[in-house]
Amino acid sequence: MKAFAELFERLDRTTKTSAKLAALREYFASADPADAAWAVAVLSGRRVKRLVPARKLAEWACDQAGIPGWLFEECYEAVGDLAETVSLLLPPPVRENELPLHGWIERRLLPLKGLDEARQRAALAQAWSELGGAERFLWNKLLTGSFRVGVSQRLVVRAVAESAGLDPAVAAHRLMGNWSPSAGFFERLIAPESDDADAGRPYPFFLAHQLDDSPDQKLGERADWLAEWKWDGIRAQLIRRRGETFVWSRGEELMTERFPELLVDATRLPDGTVLDGEILAWKDSVLPFAVLQRRIGRKTLGRKILADAPVVFLAFDLLEAGGGDLRAEPLRERRRRLETLMAAQRPGSALRLAEPLPAPDWAALAEARRGSRELGVEGLMLKRLDSAYGVGRETGPWWKWKIEPYTIDCVLIYAQQGHGRRAGLYTDYTFGVWKDGELTPFAKAYSGLSDEEIRQVDRFVRRNTLERFGPVRAVEPELVFELAFENIQRSTRHKSGVAVRFPRMNRWRKDKKPQDADTLDDVLAMIPPGP
Amino acid sequence: MTRPALLRVTEAGLYCEAGDFYIDPWRPVARAVTTHAHADHAVRGSGAYLVARQGLRVFERRLGPDAPLDAADYGERRRLGDATVSLHPAGHILGSAQVRVERDGEVWVVSGDYKVAADPTCAPFEPQRCHVFVSECTFGLPIYRWPRPEALAAEINQWWRDNAAAGRPSLLLAYALGKAQRALASLDPSIGPIYGHGAVEPLHAAYRDSGVELPATRSVGESDEPGAFRTALILAPPSALGTPWVRRFRDPSTAFASGWMLVRGARRRRSVDRGFALSDHADWEDLQAAIAATGAERVLLTHGSTAAVVRWLREQGHDADALTTRYGGEQDDDPTEAA
Ligand SMILES: [Zn+2]
Ligand SMILES: [Zn+2]
Repeated sequence: MKAFAELFERLDRTTKTSAKLAALREYFASADPADAAWAVAVLSGRRVKRLVPARKLAEWACDQAGIPGWLFEECYEAVGDLAETVSLLLPPPVRENELPLHGWIERRLLPLKGLDEARQRAALAQAWSELGGAERFLWNKLLTGSFRVGVSQRLVVRAVAESAGLDPAVAAHRLMGNWSPSAGFFERLIAPESDDADAGRPYPFFLAHQLDDSPDQKLGERADWLAEWKWDGIRAQLIRRRGETFVWSRGEELMTERFPELLVDATRLPDGTVLDGEILAWKDSVLPFAVLQRRIGRKTLGRKILADAPVVFLAFDLLEAGGGDLRAEPLRERRRRLETLMAAQRPGSALRLAEPLPAPDWAALAEARRGSRELGVEGLMLKRLDSAYGVGRETGPWWKWKIEPYTIDCVLIYAQQGHGRRAGLYTDYTFGVWKDGELTPFAKAYSGLSDEEIRQVDRFVRRNTLERFGPVRAVEPELVFELAFENIQRSTRHKSGVAVRFPRMNRWRKDKKPQDADTLDDVLAMIPPGP
Repeated sequence: MTRPALLRVTEAGLYCEAGDFYIDPWRPVARAVTTHAHADHAVRGSGAYLVARQGLRVFERRLGPDAPLDAADYGERRRLGDATVSLHPAGHILGSAQVRVERDGEVWVVSGDYKVAADPTCAPFEPQRCHVFVSECTFGLPIYRWPRPEALAAEINQWWRDNAAAGRPSLLLAYALGKAQRALASLDPSIGPIYGHGAVEPLHAAYRDSGVELPATRSVGESDEPGAFRTALILAPPSALGTPWVRRFRDPSTAFASGWMLVRGARRRRSVDRGFALSDHADWEDLQAAIAATGAERVLLTHGSTAAVVRWLREQGHDADALTTRYGGEQDDDPTEAA
């Protein structure tokens, strides 16, 4: 645990990405693989399920510290963080323990699950007597299931890759999908040869930037670009390998079971095929996103919901064919092969080809874009025909050209109670976007959600409070919302450096994870060029 | 027959009717007895100040060269009206004192600000037996437990050494009076040059004039060559952070020396790279020990977490109450000193 605590302190003591990267690289280069695997898991935001209720933790810490409950509350008010309050209150450790990180987690933390209360209490007292300083703080953080040190998953991936002399894209790919932290996993993660055995693993998604100028100014020749509708559904990869089908959402969630109608048609795909596309609820034409979301929210898929909200997979890219990775091929070539492949689907298949827009020049395309709303799409996607399929968000090859330009996906980070009709409910929210691995407060909003959604968010806030500052609660950064606003400009008064007008919650993106939210750079890119 | 209390809080501050003087008044008065030179305890404009002799130079610096200062040695008894007054080391900063007031055998002690931990720049805290103890409790919560001073000094020097090795200036923020000198005394001058902001240099000088040994320092500005700071440590008041003055150091590593830095959130809100929990106040344990050492039957609390400490002491069987004052706790110094 010492090495990991040292890493944590180095990360915590700087806001510079380069310094964080160096600290991570050094850690991964020398860490035991089993420790490194857990470090990757914890730092990239995987949570260990909370095994001890916060109330019990506080009670037992009081007992150890010899203080009454009210004094614990006073201390918690002053510190604002449960794990840290407990760490500061406990008496100093009485002995040392050289157990490494994975030992602490696998042999001391996870077994708490099967213990009754008295044994849990004894196990914690034992652990606390062996840990001091940052180690004790980290142990408590793991115990409470919340862990944030201001590094992004991307940075962790980069550090792992650099320390192993690996292409970050390969490391990112190996970190997709289901894995559990073990020495074997980490060894596979940094292995030079690609013997990727996991049949269901998706590729990292390639993402687009928002286009705010008109394309003729920024993108050059129309002929160099593929134009498609930007559909309002769930971005997903459909994988067909070794006779099995997997559907992964962009939020790295395996959703195969949710879409039985896709599975039927996917059996017609040749083995070793990976499609990138959009899942939409569709009956003659696309149904609103809310219909799709309602279906996803269901635990069981009854006949009625399947009939009311049938889905299609609109394929727009081909990432793998015949088991070969096509991502380095130009889009033009990937599309050609995709079209051939899709032509083999039966009429009425749930797997369909996303057709390109034929509009011959930018003006015609702009004209077509004006019809977006009637079609139920968000605008256009513009992709360079000579572009490879990259990793994450790169500026240049892919653009989204939306009709409602000012929307941003951001993460709920603070909540405050409302007034009047909404008094007693957490209804006023602050949202953050990513900057250097941390969520920077970006805008506040309190309108746009239904009463039912407000109640759900309120429950979430109460159960996931990390810190309290007076009436404001900092919450676990988990919920993603699409914020819409009217205007955006630079501001020195805001920490983010931007101010937006009339922000409102367009919708709750339950299909997205916090790491899918936008970055401050995305926001800054929306600011119209100054006069 | 009940007599009026020996000390009571009035509009202008803590007043002793028997001796007709105020202790650390927050408004100018005819006669003040002043525990130490921090701005919330030493207000300008009073007719006379009784202060500890060790702090004379520091008081002159803060209250002006012509301030009517009356210096007493620690332990020297002065008769003021019907009261006997003496000053005793508080260990807070150079010349800081507890005020002992006695009338007909009844003894009150006002702690001013104090700490128990060792500090080479001032005389150590000396507990005084008394009937009523007026104690500060800036850090009166059990989360506050100071690291050992030697461990802190080693940490600060290591931080400086690492920065110097990387060619990065070390900007150490500390309250200009007391903390800056204590931090300075713990530095290892073999690591590199030590610079001082314009607000801290005169106070270093006042300490040196009083006979306190401190490592040599230079004023920032003497050498404006940015390269000169690459291995340097620069001491500055917290208010300097975020001002254009800092820009000359080109990407310094920043740290703040204060008891508040024990809490991670406090450090993050300050936006500094490092926090060193170097405090000139008593921590929770020290507070309990200091109170016990006085043998006081009644404890009155000022500064900080008074409500929690009062409740805690009562639960331990003490007669305790809060005293409403206007002292500020560990705060930034006199703004007129800045820059
Ligand atoms: Zn003071
Ligand atoms: Zn004070």
